[in-house]
Amino acid sequence: MELGPHILLALLESAVSTAVLALTAIGLALVFGIMRVVNVAHGEFFMLGAVLAWWITDQLTAFSPAVGFAVALVLSPLLVGAIAYASDRIVINRVDYDPERTIVATVGLLYIFQQISLMTFGPDARPVEPPFNTRLAIPWLEITEQGWAVYWPWGLSITSYKLAVIAISIVLLIGVWLVLSKTRYGLIMRATQQDKDIAQAFGIRIERVYGLVFAAGGALAAMGAVLIVPIQQAHYLMGGDPLLLSFIVVILGGLGSLSGTLVAAAIIGLSNGMIAVFFSPTLAKILATLLVALVLIWRPAGLFTRSSR
Amino acid sequence: MSKNKHVEALNTSRRTFLKTAGVTTAAAMTGASLGQYVQAQSAEPIRIGFQQHSSGIGAAYGRWYGRTTEAAVAAINNMGGINGRMVELVAEDDGTDPKRGAEVVEKFAKQRNCDVAFGTLFSHVVIGSAPRAGELKLPYFVVSEGHHVASGMLNRYTLQPGITDVKSQVQAMAPFVAGNLGKKVTMIYPDFAFGHDHRDYFSAAIEAQGGQVLEKIAIPPAETSFTRYFPKIPRDTEVVYHVMVGPAVLTFVKEMGEFFGGRGPQLFGFIDSLEAVDMQSPGLEFLEGSYFWEGNPRNAQSDQTEFDKAFRTAVGVDENGASISDSRDVSTYSHMFGCWETLFVIKQGMEACDYKGPQDRAKLVEAVEAMRNFDESAQFPQGSKLFNGKTHQVFGHQYISRVESGKLNRVHTTSIEDGLYEDEVDYTTQSL
Repeated sequence: MELGPHILLALLESAVSTAVLALTAIGLALVFGIMRVVNVAHGEFFMLGAVLAWWITDQLTAFSPAVGFAVALVLSPLLVGAIAYASDRIVINRVDYDPERTIVATVGLLYIFQQISLMTFGPDARPVEPPFNTRLAIPWLEITEQGWAVYWPWGLSITSYKLAVIAISIVLLIGVWLVLSKTRYGLIMRATQQDKDIAQAFGIRIERVYGLVFAAGGALAAMGAVLIVPIQQAHYLMGGDPLLLSFIVVILGGLGSLSGTLVAAAIIGLSNGMIAVFFSPTLAKILATLLVALVLIWRPAGLFTRSSR
Repeated sequence: MSKNKHVEALNTSRRTFLKTAGVTTAAAMTGASLGQYVQAQSAEPIRIGFQQHSSGIGAAYGRWYGRTTEAAVAAINNMGGINGRMVELVAEDDGTDPKRGAEVVEKFAKQRNCDVAFGTLFSHVVIGSAPRAGELKLPYFVVSEGHHVASGMLNRYTLQPGITDVKSQVQAMAPFVAGNLGKKVTMIYPDFAFGHDHRDYFSAAIEAQGGQVLEKIAIPPAETSFTRYFPKIPRDTEVVYHVMVGPAVLTFVKEMGEFFGGRGPQLFGFIDSLEAVDMQSPGLEFLEGSYFWEGNPRNAQSDQTEFDKAFRTAVGVDENGASISDSRDVSTYSHMFGCWETLFVIKQGMEACDYKGPQDRAKLVEAVEAMRNFDESAQFPQGSKLFNGKTHQVFGHQYISRVESGKLNRVHTTSIEDGLYEDEVDYTTQSL
């Protein structure tokens, strides 16, 4: 493929993964920012979202794929949110949100979710039918002897569903931003993030906030997963990559900084996609991890946070 | 999971025990027609350690290797077992992981008192496990396709008598590809040992036919998103040669269809790209008219043999290659026959050397090495085969099918000779 169409295709493909990554990483950033909990099980909430999406659509095969998908997009994040809420009540809360112990506890949750999924859902990858999926070919220009001519390069295309994933993600991210900045719940969350003792002194029930934030984090990961599952497939081991990339994004963006997380998601998602297309996916991961190491050495607070010193 | 595995193992052994008990009782009641074996009936069963990909990226194969193996063991026990002893299956999950694979082999030899180990598919697991089997002097029968056995990389205790290796398969495919589809080929393959066998041996084979490989595109076997690899396919490609494994094969093929949008080059795939996947899945319509290598035709053909019919019935597979109890549960039909046939090779080998127990393991290896021809039969339903005792590798017929109305119709059968190549090793010179 020529360079021009190749770059455009790489950008389109990367935009889809960036959109899903942003949703997943925002969930992780929210949990860390407000609760100071490093949630190693975050990728498994993503996986559960995908697996539940498959289960829900499989129950609704009598209806059109669009109905099944729409129900899954609402129900699956709610169910995962409920699971996350229960995890907080039963496990994270019991170790007093102690940073070291929560890491160990969430590693335990990771294995529990993964193995429960293996024992119930099984080891196979299962597809979810997209609600709509039209291939949209994209034309390109080339100089011929007769001057500029339009032609349709092999493979330069996107599907309507992939465009919808980008659009839905943007809407959801705007929704998260609105909730955090314009509502009373957002105010309570931000107050808790800034100083939980003062917030508590003002009558905010911190533990309840924590439970809801953990649920919201899980639900956001699940939303990302429901969006991606008609493109990829649900599989019990699919939580690993989103976890790694979300951590990279959250560390680059500054732990707990939501705008930083979004910018970092765009940088990592797009560069990851471009490097993967033009060089190799392994090199993309190596470079992203190297970037994290460098940021941790020179700007431990993240690339996009103003120095707190 | 360990609990689940445990339960599974218990179930298997309980079921096998009941069968054993049933057959033994029946034999006792019908009198001493088995003559010299009557005393042996009360002896310990022969224990076959089954290294199974129950979880991890090979799970779909593991499930079907399991069903085929259980069916073959039941058939062998119905025939009176091996040397008058019943066969007991000891299944262990290796997680499709090489490290765990080596541990499982060790467990078979040291804790589970197995006579032989058997059944591994994924090449990285075979390569990770075989050295330990060699050290433990445990005969290790793999059903893996990789060229690692015949290449001399492994050892005298590792044998592959039930399935043809990749080098032989692709050598037999190249003339058809060059003659019917095109000579400028782009290869897409998984980036591990199995895929590298395809890359190296198909490139050589197509060049021998006057063709060339324009581009080699390696994809990690755990990859989930594929569109980004396809732009590397050069515009003057005449044939895309694809082979993919892992849980995301359906995504791979679907995205390839979306990429070309019906205007692409000819497609020649190894059915691995769609093993355990329903050909009727939405998004696969573009495969109509494309060609696939099949190890054993998934759709029952018009000239189906009685052996294939009996094999399908025994394993529980319908004429579309899916489970008779769930038409969406499609089998790994091009590979799993290897388990069935390998178990009958083990039976023949043990009978030839009058195998009594672990002290006869070396004799078993020698007995299998002495084998040469397997005729198409109920024991070898995929077709007749030629075994090379020096390289520990079997050679069989290969099939090329065309997708027509969503079904795989066989259009070409290769001869055994098409896939033969010079020996690269003589394992019989290694000590036992």
